[in-house]
Amino acid sequence: MTTIQIASLEIETDTAAEPASVTVRCAGAWTVLGVAPVEQRLGALSFPLARKLAFDVSAITTLDSAGAWLLHRTIHALEQRGITIQINGLKSEFNTLLKLIATHAGTAELPEPIKIGLLAGIGQQAWRNLLGFSGMLAFIGESSIAFLRSLGRPHRIRWRPILHNLQTAGFEALPIVGLLSFLMGVVIAYQGADQLQRFGANIFIADLVGLSMLRELSPLLTAIIVAGRSGSAYAAQIGTMKISEEIDALRTIGIGPQELLVQPKIIALVIALPLLTVYADVAGVLGGMLMANSMLDISYRVFLDRLEDALSLSSFLTGIIKAPVFAVIIALVGCFQGFQVSGGADSVGRQTTVSVVQSIFLVIVADALFSVIFNWLDL
Amino acid sequence: MKKPRINSDIIDIRNLHTRYGKAVVHEDVSLTVRSGEIFSLVGGSGCGKSTLLRAVIMLLHPVSGSIRVFGQEVIGLSEENALPLRRRWGVMFERAALFSSLTVAENVAMVLREHTHLSAALINEVVALKIALTGLPADAGAKYPNELSGGMRKRAALARAIALDPELLFLDEPTAGLDPLSASGIDELVKSLRDVLGLTIMMVTHDLDLLWRTADRVAVLDRGHILGIGSMTELSKLDHPLVREYFYGPRGRAASEQAWKKK
Repeated sequence: MTTIQIASLEIETDTAAEPASVTVRCAGAWTVLGVAPVEQRLGALSFPLARKLAFDVSAITTLDSAGAWLLHRTIHALEQRGITIQINGLKSEFNTLLKLIATHAGTAELPEPIKIGLLAGIGQQAWRNLLGFSGMLAFIGESSIAFLRSLGRPHRIRWRPILHNLQTAGFEALPIVGLLSFLMGVVIAYQGADQLQRFGANIFIADLVGLSMLRELSPLLTAIIVAGRSGSAYAAQIGTMKISEEIDALRTIGIGPQELLVQPKIIALVIALPLLTVYADVAGVLGGMLMANSMLDISYRVFLDRLEDALSLSSFLTGIIKAPVFAVIIALVGCFQGFQVSGGADSVGRQTTVSVVQSIFLVIVADALFSVIFNWLDL
Repeated sequence: MKKPRINSDIIDIRNLHTRYGKAVVHEDVSLTVRSGEIFSLVGGSGCGKSTLLRAVIMLLHPVSGSIRVFGQEVIGLSEENALPLRRRWGVMFERAALFSSLTVAENVAMVLREHTHLSAALINEVVALKIALTGLPADAGAKYPNELSGGMRKRAALARAIALDPELLFLDEPTAGLDPLSASGIDELVKSLRDVLGLTIMMVTHDLDLLWRTADRVAVLDRGHILGIGSMTELSKLDHPLVREYFYGPRGRAASEQAWKKK
């Protein structure tokens, strides 16, 4: 380890001379690492009220631009007060540096940061939200038009990215979706078993697990998992492509980003999410069945018989029908937030977060709307 | 930091071998960079110039050989021991690599805040000075990197690289992607940095104008070997077909004529 050399500054008053002469002795390493103590001293130091000051800088061993700046600033401030400064013992190489600093000192000023008041802040935020909302509407419109256009020319649909997305967003999500819905089934059965046992209604565990999983939980759970897994990936991918100008490159080649990036994702997710939901239904019921067997001694056969009576086709369909809607929401929000990225890495992170939060929020809102509609329709 | 110019070696690379996977990048490369000089690595794309630079600044681990910077071996150096060394050099990356979430001033200030005990006010002043030194307008400090043009971004990256007044400066393609006017501005800047701040500069470049105007010594790399080291004038007399192609191709000739006219 090298020892860090430190700069120093001393004021000497020679009262013997007439008039009294004051010498400021600067010494040591006036470097960015060494000037901190001098800077602290300068803050507390008051220079004597002399007409003339001499700076003796011959003992400065090294001088870099930070040190030169501090020296320049100190001398300049004294000169402003009408004190004549005389610099003694300045080495020639330090002189060139000091001169360079002095020439740039005039322009070296950071602009004041702009401060935003509370009201202006609220206004700006509201305006941004409004812009975001209208941007989302425009994006939905754009995607719809692109979709209709490719319906007219089905040979233009890009199957390869669709298959790729089916693999990444659908097939690769199987383990996590299966595991979580299985556990969800276990938890529901576990919570319900206790209550049902009290009324001797053990067998209704099949109704409880079956209906809650099929109608509500597995579509919702699957959508939330996929939003976290794939929605975020969409936003990050498109966002990064936007920063590195890949989106612009696509446009100039004559490939619409909608066509290549957005549409395959929507189509793939609309196919994958209902399938994943069915898979989650099975896994959830399986979990419930296992729990019913071990806690309530209901055999698998009895459970399945009861399940058949409890579940109608409509309860299965009310669950499945939501999945494509959730899929469109997740894919649209993910892609839209990706396109909202501007600037740098920071923005990618922010928009990815927004995409997950927004798509989960919208999925739950849509789920609530579905409940209301199904209630009207008496399903 | 102005120091008496001694002809000592700042960087000493010996028998360096590096590899990317199975591809051999450098085979037995040896060179030295002396104190106070502007040393440049040139060569065609993919000849391993940037890789060599990355090996010296410890972003890449060579297979074998030795790299000594300020007399200290950097290969296999622990992060802890590397820190004092890293403080003594500044790096400017090809694509600027400014932190996009920070303004230009914050980008420069970050280095000072991390490594010095200066007050916030003095840091701001030093930052403003560094920004002015690199020829950026004062209002550039408050801007974010994505609001700047390519040339301004390079200057901002240079301001960050010299934030700590390093003794050694690494420049990766300082003029790539710049218009001729901005590029010649960078030429002047590099020269004045060396002359006034007494820096030693190691750079990688394709820019023949920059080479003729600034470089003291140049190493020509080709497929992992050094074809020649010397001043531009010496190299241009070298009798290797690739080197001749490099210097006497249409662009090379124009640049050298320009340089002679200037002299």
